[in-house]
Amino acid sequence: MDNFSHDVLIIGGGGAGLRAAIAVAEINPKLNVAVISKVYPMRSHTVSAEGGAAAVIKPDDSLDHHAYDTISGGDWLCDQDAVEAFVNEAPKEMLQLEHWGCPWSRQDDGTIAVRPFGGMKIERTWFASDKTGFHMLHTLYQTSLKYDPIQRYDEWFVTKLIVDDGRCQGAVAIELATGQVQAIAAKSVVICTGGCGKVFPFTTNANIKTGDGMALAYRAGVPLKDMEFIQYHPTGLPFTGILITEATRAEGGYMLNKDGYRYLQDYDLGTPQTEPVLRSMELGPRDRLSQAFVKEMEKGNTLEGLYGQFVHLDIRHLGEKKINAKLPFVRELCLKYENIDPVNEMIPVRPVVHYMMGGIHTDINGATPLPGLYAAGETACVSINGANRLGSNSLTELLVFGARVGSVAAEFASNQSDYTFDMAYESITEENHIKNQFFKEKKNQERIADIRKEMHKTMEEGCGIYRTENSLLASQNILTDLKERFSHVAIDDHSRTFNTELVAALELSNLLDLAESIVQSALSRKESRGSHQRTDYEKRDDENYLAHSLAYQEKDNKPRIEYLPVTITKWPPGERVYGR
Amino acid sequence: MFKSSRFPIYYKGHPRMFVKDKPIFWWALKWVHARFIIRELTSVPVAFYAIILILQIRALSLGPEAYANFTNWLKTPLSLSLHVISFLFVIYHSVTWFNLAPKAIVIRIGKNRIPGLVITGLNYVAWAIFSVAIAWLFLNLDNLM
Amino acid sequence: MVSKITLEVFRYRPDQETQPSFDSYEVPCEKDWVILDALNYIKDQIDGTLSYRWSCRMGVCGSCGMMVNGEPVLTCATFLNKFLPGPVKIEPLEHFPVVRDLIIEMSDFIGKLQKVKPWIVRKEEKSLEDGEYIQTPEQLGDYKQYSMCINCMLCYSACPVYGLEPEFVGPAVIALAQRYNLDSRDQGKGEREEILSQDDGIWQCTFVGECSEVCPENVDPAGAIQRYKVAATNNWWKSLLMPWGKSE
Repeated sequence: MDNFSHDVLIIGGGGAGLRAAIAVAEINPKLNVAVISKVYPMRSHTVSAEGGAAAVIKPDDSLDHHAYDTISGGDWLCDQDAVEAFVNEAPKEMLQLEHWGCPWSRQDDGTIAVRPFGGMKIERTWFASDKTGFHMLHTLYQTSLKYDPIQRYDEWFVTKLIVDDGRCQGAVAIELATGQVQAIAAKSVVICTGGCGKVFPFTTNANIKTGDGMALAYRAGVPLKDMEFIQYHPTGLPFTGILITEATRAEGGYMLNKDGYRYLQDYDLGTPQTEPVLRSMELGPRDRLSQAFVKEMEKGNTLEGLYGQFVHLDIRHLGEKKINAKLPFVRELCLKYENIDPVNEMIPVRPVVHYMMGGIHTDINGATPLPGLYAAGETACVSINGANRLGSNSLTELLVFGARVGSVAAEFASNQSDYTFDMAYESITEENHIKNQFFKEKKNQERIADIRKEMHKTMEEGCGIYRTENSLLASQNILTDLKERFSHVAIDDHSRTFNTELVAALELSNLLDLAESIVQSALSRKESRGSHQRTDYEKRDDENYLAHSLAYQEKDNKPRIEYLPVTITKWPPGERVYGR
Repeated sequence: MFKSSRFPIYYKGHPRMFVKDKPIFWWALKWVHARFIIRELTSVPVAFYAIILILQIRALSLGPEAYANFTNWLKTPLSLSLHVISFLFVIYHSVTWFNLAPKAIVIRIGKNRIPGLVITGLNYVAWAIFSVAIAWLFLNLDNLM
Repeated sequence: MVSKITLEVFRYRPDQETQPSFDSYEVPCEKDWVILDALNYIKDQIDGTLSYRWSCRMGVCGSCGMMVNGEPVLTCATFLNKFLPGPVKIEPLEHFPVVRDLIIEMSDFIGKLQKVKPWIVRKEEKSLEDGEYIQTPEQLGDYKQYSMCINCMLCYSACPVYGLEPEFVGPAVIALAQRYNLDSRDQGKGEREEILSQDDGIWQCTFVGECSEVCPENVDPAGAIQRYKVAATNNWWKSLLMPWGKSE
């Protein structure tokens, strides 16, 4: 430990990172594995996932069903070999977590209970009441404590990957408690740092989801794949991004515009009835609901609030008794975090960014094109999520690809010689670089919060639910301008001890790079597929774009886009039908 | 790297941490803490009563005269007020103890856990029964012998 | 017109000063703002040097516990307008060394958690091919409550015993040990009892009960500790009266 040299270094201590660490420790206990994270592992965003994790367990279900649901949900942009491996290993991984103590909800006979979820024909979602991600993360964290080879750097922020002799050999990080900048060597490096929802203003994502790992890999020359695909959830609270579950609408909630009109009827989503009707109106598909919001906003029919435009989700007519019986969690969230009682008040909602389908380009084992560098979880793009992720696949993905990446990274590390770079030199150079970048007095000083706000605004306006050539070009220009302004950022806080303002600046610099890659990828893909909707190219174009986009960072820091064909095994592209 | 000691040693620039001392009268600042300290203090009257009992046995062994002196002392206002205070403290201790009982005792009948109120209630019932039994014994002891 | 409220925030900058102080900030008091939103407003608009931890803003990550007017709370679940007209005093969690401003040193908790073996201990592992361990909803219910701990450590700030005796293992860690003890899949009760029946273990608890009062997830650590004491006492009597028998 004291010499900062490890066999495997895992960046990120969420679900994927911890699963990978355990995999390394189980496969070869002689390997020294370290997990480095900017927060204590149990704070990671995996903790917030509510719904559940998909894996085939019912006798009337099959792996092919799961694979097909995933692929059609992903609008045929998934790599089918990866999906097959994923559905195949999913049940084993879920059982493994059961053996480690995860409190999965049970049937009366004591076997695992599963429930249905959007986009599935057969129940296959494992759940731990409505806190599945929380229980999975804490089970993994607590289980990881029993493995002696797993060491941890808690609250260390990684600023750079070290690439030497043609392979990734470690990272440089700041120990937040002391401000020490330290190079850490490793024979293989795994990135498990989650998504970058914080590129956008309205998101369910936690404050820490700033895509740090994606930016690290991108700057080290690794391409980011399918970054234009961003999943929205139609009903989040505007300020906090807290999710108001689909169940609220399933129980009979109405979506109302500023005139109290059920506007969804104007968007080919059926005619309003008093009682909820499946696949119609408020129970239409998620993306259609999000899109209707944008159109309504353009018509000027939404409400203006402190935090931008919103509409109302009204459940008052259900009455207190029904709300308490069927939607207690929704009422609790509104009361506890938003100061609203949905029994008497309408809930303000709007579409919010939920998940990044894209991420660091990896193969089916989580290996990136850079030798020694691996990635898994939301930060990676294998890709099993294609153009739109199937609900409850992401928690399973953490386990399956966390375990896979752990085993390949362990194997790679076993066959490598020691690191070849100069540890002291790397540490000092990076420390000086950070000091020069942020601690100098500058003319026209810029505030982090201002630049972040403008990035949010332009991403929302130009690269949101609907995109056009013009809107994307405008965003591209503004981002270029913001990056220039970012070079004038100076921070008030010059202290070494727990400098959270420095962390915020480094995170913003990551977000700006990722925002650029998202806009460039969206600009290049001249079709509409899954979550990527271009109003100037409304059709899916399999002839030209049945391919993954790969964004490379060029010398001038601009992204360059290449394409990689999708792997098709046995499901030729078909029509994506909603609400089968 | 974490260590289980309170002040982990860092490699470089070890942060100077601020540690707030607990003031001597910390327990007086919050009612819940004061309540807790009173509960802890109930041990003093209990000890007092144990001493009385020992003194009583000693007086008994010294003969009727000594015993009479001792019982006379017991009747003094000082002794009576000490007894009243002890009694109140013991009542306080018992009540708080019974109220806490459901936290420590989990009893199930079939699939259902017995609610805390029932456990507390049963404790009070048992208390009442024992008290009545002892009182009865006390009042009728002469008749029995 | 939005009303305003003043926050008196504990500041400690070890790089510049040896003693802490309080800074006052006036912030807007929106209806849907929690204490954490006010802190974010300060950091973004007034003073970038204010330091604190936060992440999910929905009461599940456990990062943002602080003392608000002397009570340990999750600042993401405590509305600001509750404190009108103010001022509100914000301090770091009590009983922990302060690294800086509102950030406390928590490696003590992390180390103690590892010590009580918070994982499933088995004499023999069941192979994955044999499927899941059977666990009825009632068996799940036995430990479910204790598995809800988000490690926010409010209970440590509420516990005067921990404040006086830093060696005390503490409420959350004992509740988590109990979470595994009561899990029908676990066989590690004995190993954990050896650790927890030591001097700094369960017997330090004098049952103040405040840990359960402040717990945002209703974990009831106080209950866990008392049940543990009962079980440990039973085992002690059993081993005394029947030394040939196996203790659980």
